[in-house]
Amino acid sequence: MASQPTQAGRLQPKAANGAGAADISKDVRLRLYRLQVEIRESEQRAYDLFLQNLVKGTSHLSLGQEAVAAGFAAAMEPGDLTFCTYRGHAHTLARGTPAEKVLGELMGRDNGLLRGKGGSMHLTSVEHGVMGSYAIVGAHIPIACGAAWRAQYKGAKDVTVCFFGDGTTNIGSFHEGLNLAVIWKLPVVFVCENNLYMEYTPISEVTAVDAPAAGRASAYGLECPVIDGQDADEVYRTAVAAIQKARSGGGPSLIECRTYRYSGHSRADPAKYRPAGELDRWKERDPIKVYRARLLELGMSEESLAEIERTAKSQVDEATEKCKAAPPPPADLLLTDVYADGGSAWRN
Amino acid sequence: MAELTYRDAVARGIAQEMSRDPDVVFLGEDVAAAGGVFKTTVGLLEQFGPQRVRDTPISEQAILGAAMGAAMTGLKPIAEIMFSDFFAVCFDYLANQFPKSRYMTAGQVKCPLVVRTANGASVRFGAQHSQSVENWVMMIPGLKVVAPSTPVDVVGLLAASVRDPDPVIFLEHKGLYATKGEVPDREIVDSLGTARIVRPGKNATILALALMVPRAVAAAEKLQAEHGIDCEVIDVRSLVPLDTRTILDSVSRTSRVFTVEENPRLCGWGAELASLIAEEAFFKLDGPPVRITTPHIPLPASDRLEDLALPSVDRIAETVRRSLEA
Repeated sequence: MASQPTQAGRLQPKAANGAGAADISKDVRLRLYRLQVEIRESEQRAYDLFLQNLVKGTSHLSLGQEAVAAGFAAAMEPGDLTFCTYRGHAHTLARGTPAEKVLGELMGRDNGLLRGKGGSMHLTSVEHGVMGSYAIVGAHIPIACGAAWRAQYKGAKDVTVCFFGDGTTNIGSFHEGLNLAVIWKLPVVFVCENNLYMEYTPISEVTAVDAPAAGRASAYGLECPVIDGQDADEVYRTAVAAIQKARSGGGPSLIECRTYRYSGHSRADPAKYRPAGELDRWKERDPIKVYRARLLELGMSEESLAEIERTAKSQVDEATEKCKAAPPPPADLLLTDVYADGGSAWRN
Repeated sequence: MAELTYRDAVARGIAQEMSRDPDVVFLGEDVAAAGGVFKTTVGLLEQFGPQRVRDTPISEQAILGAAMGAAMTGLKPIAEIMFSDFFAVCFDYLANQFPKSRYMTAGQVKCPLVVRTANGASVRFGAQHSQSVENWVMMIPGLKVVAPSTPVDVVGLLAASVRDPDPVIFLEHKGLYATKGEVPDREIVDSLGTARIVRPGKNATILALALMVPRAVAAAEKLQAEHGIDCEVIDVRSLVPLDTRTILDSVSRTSRVFTVEENPRLCGWGAELASLIAEEAFFKLDGPPVRITTPHIPLPASDRLEDLALPSVDRIAETVRRSLEA
């Protein structure tokens, strides 16, 4: 079982990785750092709120996976579309959805993104291009294709980015969607967040190829980059290239990001199945820790990074207090928005 | 006014809507170059081109998923699932995705699309290509479900479905494709949620859908001619929304009600109607609601056995007569 990130695959973006690379501007790097810190703060808060029983139901956190969400969001333009899975808090936040809206939804409050009707697994913010979090594994792969088909048909320039986990690569809709995207040359980027576990089972134990997504990509005539999903710069560069390719009519791409989730699959999972030491090894390469060190090495000031951290924390603190004070959804919301007339009437 | 087959009415309805609105697109297996395996979509590729009329792989999940993604971002897709039995391989979209997206997102996501499919038996295709699955979709909050019985209804209800802002499941009946009817040359737009009294009568109400409508009418004629029993036949047309007003009004006048359902017995659409009538018109009834259905069996292929399975004109007439005379 692969317990360390693999080396970058054969089709890497051309720029060099790591400190000293000048291809990414200071502003973008600060944004990448800020996004990761904001996601970390918000996800950690979601976890704390579970423990206080203020977040009910289930929740799937992206602690440890922040660099993938940040790297892609920073590479996307306003108007580009995000489709993600039930592990979607990070992607929803990364596109600019306020933490209050996300935490409010997790807490089932009226100020939530979906006014409490969707919950953690269905975060959606159309105004931020977040077209939904899909809780049935693989369902959104063809749906993302459809959104990209609309862009192609209308001559619109937006690109659809579709995130999914390693487990998704073993369900049929993944393969149906990839094939359709290629034969129709759709402007869509498929992003596998390979965190090494499909729920509770190591992905390597249940998958025919070593790289669950990239190893299948060649079957659809796609290049198959495997990248270090813990390095926001590497994610960003790869994302820029793939999004540019899609936007210019070059068709779909698939990228497999090797990453790791620090918590279990969901709230109910203590992740006891992980070998001793694995979590600690990954935490040594924590994406935020690594990126912070790089920014300091590149000459950014300790104070500017500390300010980003302070601001993120105070924003999440403020959002938390607003959510705690927010009322539950009103009872009449129960029967609304089943049909387009706003209600749920099925008869006259 | 021209006489059209039910089959040709499908292409006529799609063409009417595609001509009107450039956001209407059409996708499915063998629908473009081949004109559909039932020849229901002949000529659409030539008229509207390959960007709007698209052949897909045998990928029912991709067909419905792509339709949804296009619908939620501004197009008005019509997706064809070749046989309604294949709903079982893409049921996630029918059950979890289309109908729940608006509700779960507090109205942010819209899903205006139509899924057309060939439903029903009488063509001897056996258990996996002949089912009547209207009850599979009727039970899902968020879907609308329509099943026309005549060529003019195909055009008008298809137009209404395409223009509807909700996901609509449009059930064509394989056994009706060859039937003919008058269709006006002008634009035709019907409305969902409207049942139609196709034969007025005073002794009993017979509720029927799709292929069962002409059989119910034939049974009513037979009952009139042979036994002097005057039945009102209602083509339900739309299961969701359901025109309970027309149905309850008829039952209140005739005091007896029969459903003629092609779906297998358990949880068929008529069960919901019988329950609703019992709750809301019980004291208008002179006898219990009676359901005439396919038995609780997979459908056999042999013509002899399939004919025995589906409600026939004779079975409908005999059941009504015996019930009224009991």
